[in-house]
Amino acid sequence: MEQHHDHRSGETTHGSSYGQFVLIWLGLLALTGITVALAGIDLGRWLIVTALVIASIKTTLVLNIFMHLKFEDRMFRIFVFVAVLTLTIFFVLTFFDYAFH
Amino acid sequence: MGNPASLAAPDFYHVKTKHGGILGWILSTDHKRIGILYFVSMMVFFSIAVVIGFLMRLEMLSPGRTIVEPQTYNTFFTLHGIMMIFLFIIPGLPAVFGNFMLPLMIGAKDVFFPRLNLLSWWLFVTGGILALVSLFLPGGAADTGWTFYVPYSIRTSTNVIPAMVAAFILGFSSILTGLNFITTIHRMRAPGMDWFKMPLFVWALYSTAWVQVLATPIIGITLLLVVVERVFGVGIFDPTLGGDPVLYQHLFWIYSHPAVYIMILPGLGVVSEIIPVFARRTIFGYKFIAYSSVAIALFGSLVWAHHMFTVGMSNTGMFIFSLLTFLVSIPSAIKIFNWVATLYKGSIELEAPLLFILSFIIQFSIGGFTGLMLGVLAINIHVQDTYFVVGHFHYVMFGGTGFALFGAMHYWFPKMFGRMYAKKPAVISWLLVTIGFNVLYMPFLVMGYMGMPRRYYDYLPEFQVYHVISTVGSWILIAGLLIMFVNLLVALRRGSPAPANPWGGETLEWTVASPPPLENFHTIPAITTGPYDYSKYEKIPAEVM
Amino acid sequence: MSTQASAAVAEEHAHRDDVGSKIGIWLFLFTELILFGGMFIVYAVYRFAHPAEFHLAAIELDTFVGTVNTIILLTSSLTVALSIRAIQDGRTSLSLLLVGLTQVLAAAFLVNKYFEWSHKFSLGIYPRSPEMLNRPSGEILYFGLYFTMTGLHALHVIIGMAILGFMMVSIARGTINRTSHVRLEAGGLYWHLVDIIWIFLFPLFYLLH
Repeated sequence: MEQHHDHRSGETTHGSSYGQFVLIWLGLLALTGITVALAGIDLGRWLIVTALVIASIKTTLVLNIFMHLKFEDRMFRIFVFVAVLTLTIFFVLTFFDYAFH
Repeated sequence: MGNPASLAAPDFYHVKTKHGGILGWILSTDHKRIGILYFVSMMVFFSIAVVIGFLMRLEMLSPGRTIVEPQTYNTFFTLHGIMMIFLFIIPGLPAVFGNFMLPLMIGAKDVFFPRLNLLSWWLFVTGGILALVSLFLPGGAADTGWTFYVPYSIRTSTNVIPAMVAAFILGFSSILTGLNFITTIHRMRAPGMDWFKMPLFVWALYSTAWVQVLATPIIGITLLLVVVERVFGVGIFDPTLGGDPVLYQHLFWIYSHPAVYIMILPGLGVVSEIIPVFARRTIFGYKFIAYSSVAIALFGSLVWAHHMFTVGMSNTGMFIFSLLTFLVSIPSAIKIFNWVATLYKGSIELEAPLLFILSFIIQFSIGGFTGLMLGVLAINIHVQDTYFVVGHFHYVMFGGTGFALFGAMHYWFPKMFGRMYAKKPAVISWLLVTIGFNVLYMPFLVMGYMGMPRRYYDYLPEFQVYHVISTVGSWILIAGLLIMFVNLLVALRRGSPAPANPWGGETLEWTVASPPPLENFHTIPAITTGPYDYSKYEKIPAEVM
Repeated sequence: MSTQASAAVAEEHAHRDDVGSKIGIWLFLFTELILFGGMFIVYAVYRFAHPAEFHLAAIELDTFVGTVNTIILLTSSLTVALSIRAIQDGRTSLSLLLVGLTQVLAAAFLVNKYFEWSHKFSLGIYPRSPEMLNRPSGEILYFGLYFTMTGLHALHVIIGMAILGFMMVSIARGTINRTSHVRLEAGGLYWHLVDIIWIFLFPLFYLLH
C-alpha cells in the first residue's frame, strides 16, 4: 500500500462521527470513575495492577479512536507496537537488576 | 551513464539560490548542501577533538606531570569523549553521507522534510558551539568524563550543565535526522524499488534511524533530570537524598549502548556498498545483510548493562545481560562472513575506498572480539575501567566507523565534489593511518589487560613502554590524517573533473552527474533490478562459486 | 532551469503526501513517549524500593483536584478530536470553536496545577526545603518525581496550547481547511499524547491509597 504515492491527502474518509467521539469520551469518564472508586478499596498490591490496566484501556481508546489509529494503515499500528515494545523492554530489563537484589 | 538532460542542468553548486553567498548555504534546504555543511562543521569539531587526543597522549608519555595538571587532563578526556561521540561519530555517516546519498540512492529528489533537515544541522552547530563555549565559562570545562556519572556530576562545580544541555540539543538533532530518514525511506523510493531492491546503505540508515528515534529520548530525559537536580536540588539520583546512582547508569546506558549501534550500523552499510563495486561482484547474501542490520538495531537495545557489571547489580541481571551481549555479536559476524564471501574470487580493484574498508574489516573484528571478551563476566571484573575497554571501543568506533567514514569519503568524493583526488597520496595516507591506528591502540589492549586504569593521569613505571609506543602511534596516525585531508582539499581545486561513474558502481547515485544537479534526477527512474547487478562482469560459471 | 523549478513546485503541490506527514508526527510522538517513559522507569524503581513511603506521601496529594484535572484533559481530547471531524465536514467555525474550547480546558488544567503547587510550597513541600530534607528518602524521591513529572507534563501542555494557537490562526486564515488539514491532525495527535501521559500520571501519583 505504501509503494505508490498517495495523491491529494491520503485522507481516510471514514473515521468516527461526532456521536461516536462523545461515546468514547463517556467511556473514558466512566473508567476514570472506576479507577478512583477502586482506590478507596483496600486491594493491597493489586491496586497498582488494576490502575495500570484501566489506564491502558483508556489509552487504547484514545489511541484507536481519538488518534485515529484504528483507521490508519496497518503500518502505523506496527510502529506503535514497536515503540511500546521498546519501552517495555527498557522497563523489564532494568527490573532484571532491581527485582533480584 | 548519466541522463543527457541531467548533464545539461547545472550542478547543485551553481544553481541560483534565494540568498547569495554563505546564506545560500546555511539557509539551504537542499540535502546535498546540508550534507556538505555537516561535513565541514564536523571536520572542525573532529580536528579539535584530535588535537585534544594528541595532547592527552603527550601527557601520558611519562608518569606524573608531563605537560598539564591533573584537573586539565580530566577536562581533556571529558571533552575529547563528548566531541568525538556527540559531534563526530554519532552524527557522522548519517548526517554527511546519509543526507547526501540517501535521496540519490532511492531515486528521490530530496528527503521528506527538507526544512527539518536544515533545523537538524542548526541544532548540531548550536550544540557544538555550546560544548566549546562551556570550556571558557567560569567554573571551567566539565571534568566528569563524557559519561557524566552521578553523584560527581551533581557535585562538581565545573560546567556540567552547558555540556549536558549541548548533548541534549545534539540528541534532538539526531532524533530529527532519524525521523526524516524513516519517513523518506517509507514514502519516497522510486517506483519499482521495493524493500529488497534498496541498497544496503539504505537498510543500514533505516535501522539506525529507528535507534535514533527510540533510544535518544532516554539520554534526553536522563540529562534533563541531572540538570534539574543540580539546579533545583530535586532528589532523583543523589544518594544523600535517597537516590540511586546505579539507576542513573541504567538510564544513561539504555541510550548510550544503542548509540554505539547508531555509530557502527551506517559504517557497516558503507562496507556493503564499497565491497561489491571493488570486487565487481554482487554482494553475497543480500537478505542476510539487510536482516542483520535490523537484528543489530534490535539486539543492541537489550545489552546496555554490560557497561555496569562491576557496580553491584543482581546476579540474575548480570547473567541475562551477558548472554544478550553474546547474541548481539552474531549478526555482526554474519556480515563479516558475507563480505569475505563477496571478496573471495572477486575481481579486486585495490583503490583507496577498498583499502580503508579492508582495514575496517580487520580492525572491527578485533574490536568486536574484544567486546565479546568484555561481555564475559569473569573477564569483565578484571578489565572494566582499564585501557582494555578504551582499546576496545577505539577499535570499533575509530578502527570501525572512523575508517568506514574515510572509505566513504574516498568513495563518494568524486560524486559530491565533481573531482578526482590523487590516488598515490590517498594510498599513502591509508597506510599511515592504518599503521598509526594500530600502533596507537594495540598497546591499550595489552596494558589494559595488565591493569592500567583508564582516565588516570598518573601510572606505574611498568606501563610506560606501552604509553610511549602508543603516543608514537598517535603521531603516525595524525601524519596520515593530515596527508589524507590535504590530498582531498587539494583535489577540490586541482583534481581532474570526475565522470558520473568513476568506480563502475551500480547504485542510483552513479547514474547522475558528478556533482548532481539540484533535483538529482531529471525524471525519477523506474527500478527493475536490485542494487548490485554485476552479472555482466561475472565470467565464473555458477557451479564453481 | 526556471521552467524546471516551477514544474517541480507544481509537482510538489500535486503530490502532497499526508501519510508521510503523519509518519513524521507519530515518530515524534514516540520520542515523547520514551522521554516520559524514562521518568516512569525512575518512578517504578523507586516505588519498588520504597512502597510504604510512596504510599504515605501520596496521601498528601488532593485526589479531587487530580480527578478534576483528568476529566478536564479527557474532555479537551474530545474537543480537539471533534474539531478535526468538523474541519473534515467543512464546518470551519465549529472547528475553530472546538479548538478554542480545547485551549480553555488546557488553561483550566494549568490553573489547577498552579494552585496545587502553590499549596504544596506553602506547606514547605518543595525541593531542598527544610521540611523536605527532614523526611525519609522515599518521600523525598516521591515529591521529586511529582514535581519533575507533572512539571514536564505541564510544560508540554503549554507547548500544546501554543501549537493549538497556531492551528486556530491557520483555520481562521483558511490554510487549514476541508481538503488540507493534516497539520491540525498533527496538532491533535500531539495533544492526545499529552492526555495519555496524564492518564498514567494520575493513578500513579494520586491514587496510591
